[in-house]
Amino acid sequence: MTLTGGQATGSGIPRRTRGLRQERAVTWLFLLPALIYIVLFFGYPIVKNAVMGSQDYTTATFYTGSAPWVGWANYSSFLSSSLAGTTFLNTAVFTVGSIAGQFTIGLAIALFFRRRFPLSGLLRSLLLLPWLLPLIAGAAVWRWILDQDSGVLNSTLLHLHLVHTSVPWLSSPGMALYSVIIVNVWIGIPFNVTLLYSGMQGIPEEHYEAAAIDGAVGWKAFRHITWPALRPIVTVVLVLGVIYTLKVVDIILGLTGGGPANATQTLATTAYQDSFVRFAFGQGAAVNNILLVVSLLFAGLYLRVNRRVSDE
Amino acid sequence: MRLTKRRQATSTVIGIGLLAIMLFPVYWMINTSLQSGNVGASSTLLPLHPTLAAYRLALSQQGGDIVTSLTISCGTVLLSLAIAAPAAYVLARSRIRGRSVILLALVITQMVPGIVIANSLYPAFDQLGLLNSRLGLVLADTSTALPFAILIMRAFMVSLPGEIVEAARVDGAGLVRTFVSIVLPVSRNAVITAGLFAFLFSWSDFLFALTLTTGTNLTPVTLGIYSYLGGEIQSWGPVMATGVLSALPAIVLLAFAQRFISVGQLNGAVK
Repeated sequence: MTLTGGQATGSGIPRRTRGLRQERAVTWLFLLPALIYIVLFFGYPIVKNAVMGSQDYTTATFYTGSAPWVGWANYSSFLSSSLAGTTFLNTAVFTVGSIAGQFTIGLAIALFFRRRFPLSGLLRSLLLLPWLLPLIAGAAVWRWILDQDSGVLNSTLLHLHLVHTSVPWLSSPGMALYSVIIVNVWIGIPFNVTLLYSGMQGIPEEHYEAAAIDGAVGWKAFRHITWPALRPIVTVVLVLGVIYTLKVVDIILGLTGGGPANATQTLATTAYQDSFVRFAFGQGAAVNNILLVVSLLFAGLYLRVNRRVSDE
Repeated sequence: MRLTKRRQATSTVIGIGLLAIMLFPVYWMINTSLQSGNVGASSTLLPLHPTLAAYRLALSQQGGDIVTSLTISCGTVLLSLAIAAPAAYVLARSRIRGRSVILLALVITQMVPGIVIANSLYPAFDQLGLLNSRLGLVLADTSTALPFAILIMRAFMVSLPGEIVEAARVDGAGLVRTFVSIVLPVSRNAVITAGLFAFLFSWSDFLFALTLTTGTNLTPVTLGIYSYLGGEIQSWGPVMATGVLSALPAIVLLAFAQRFISVGQLNGAVK
């Protein structure tokens, strides 16, 4: 769990100074390609985005090379648009809804797998499949399942007389966001199960045995033993979940494309639309910067929590 | 938790039921891909008259895209392993200044949304002539795979017994020789794990494929699926067949990689 843990052996043996210096050079050569990569593919894009966010950077820029400085105009035009409110609200609902669903179901499944029974190992690894599929393939099959006219969900519900007319899962503005959340929950469950289950493996069996003598089993054992011991991991899982959910683009584009009527537009998809559909790269960069700041706030929270976990 | 025989059996039944619900979408993808005859109509619950027609159609439309994806994914594996393995070794075994800062940076890079990166890579790639190129996508995909690969290999290399490495060094082997002839072979499983995940990240990549290509001359398979979804879908058979084909690496990973990957290793990389 530590970031800096592990023993640093390496240069324990006294050597001639020249040998040491050479060794140090080689050490940095080993590291250099990775460092260059991080600078070029993370450092540069972040700085470039910060600059582009204050430029009128459009298709024309690619031909003329000029991107006039506009200060905060991109930010204010986004924030004052009617889309901004929708986007922020959707992002919040999508994130909170996804995390709540993934975590609750993930925790329940992880608790279930604490029992040892035949095939439990196999079943637990098969459960990872939704997580490992290309997200766009997952989005495609759900789009087919949720299809209003011939999808299997509606035909089953109609057949069982649970509904009287086909449900517009993805085509009604009032419903689409919830459908997208359900799909994202499905994709996130394996991640939650895996981390929570491995956290539960760290709780000594004796704690449960001791508690059982005092009559604490079932819900009581969960409340007094499992949950307190799991708390640090729970925080890690939740914060990582938020960070990963904020990034989601594939699922939304595949299911609804941000529609209908922007009902499923989040910060990430709005940034995509601005830059790659409307070719307003400056505008897109501004939205991206907002998204990045929100993500990094949670990243900071994650690092603080994780450090505390490691210290304990 | 120990259970009686009977409760064990009940648990297995519940477990299978749970999995059936969770994997239903995967089943539905396979089921639909095997019954492409009924154009537009909904599929039946079981593929009673299985046909490979949808796969034939999918391969004729997406075969090239699959090859494109394979090429890009293999390129990403090679590039990210070549850069990550030496870095992981140094970060695991050497006392260098700024090590904790570098490790922190690697954790944070995994949290940066891809769309942020894509937004600035597009103009840069445009100037460098890297748009619509396999090389461009390999470079972009490596940015997703690299931090994870470094962290997962480092987590393993930290746990190598010190004597193995020290013995080689007492014999006078330099850093390079110790790395190539001792550390790499011993860390085989970690390298394979990192490679498998690099492949999977690149293979599943949708965002970079979508943003860093402009026409139809370079379309990885994820983009192929998306282009189906963009139009009016006449028959879901070929779409689902392409979905199944795109899921194969994940299934292979699950089936064969179990022995290489332990959850502990993954935790070491995630945290």
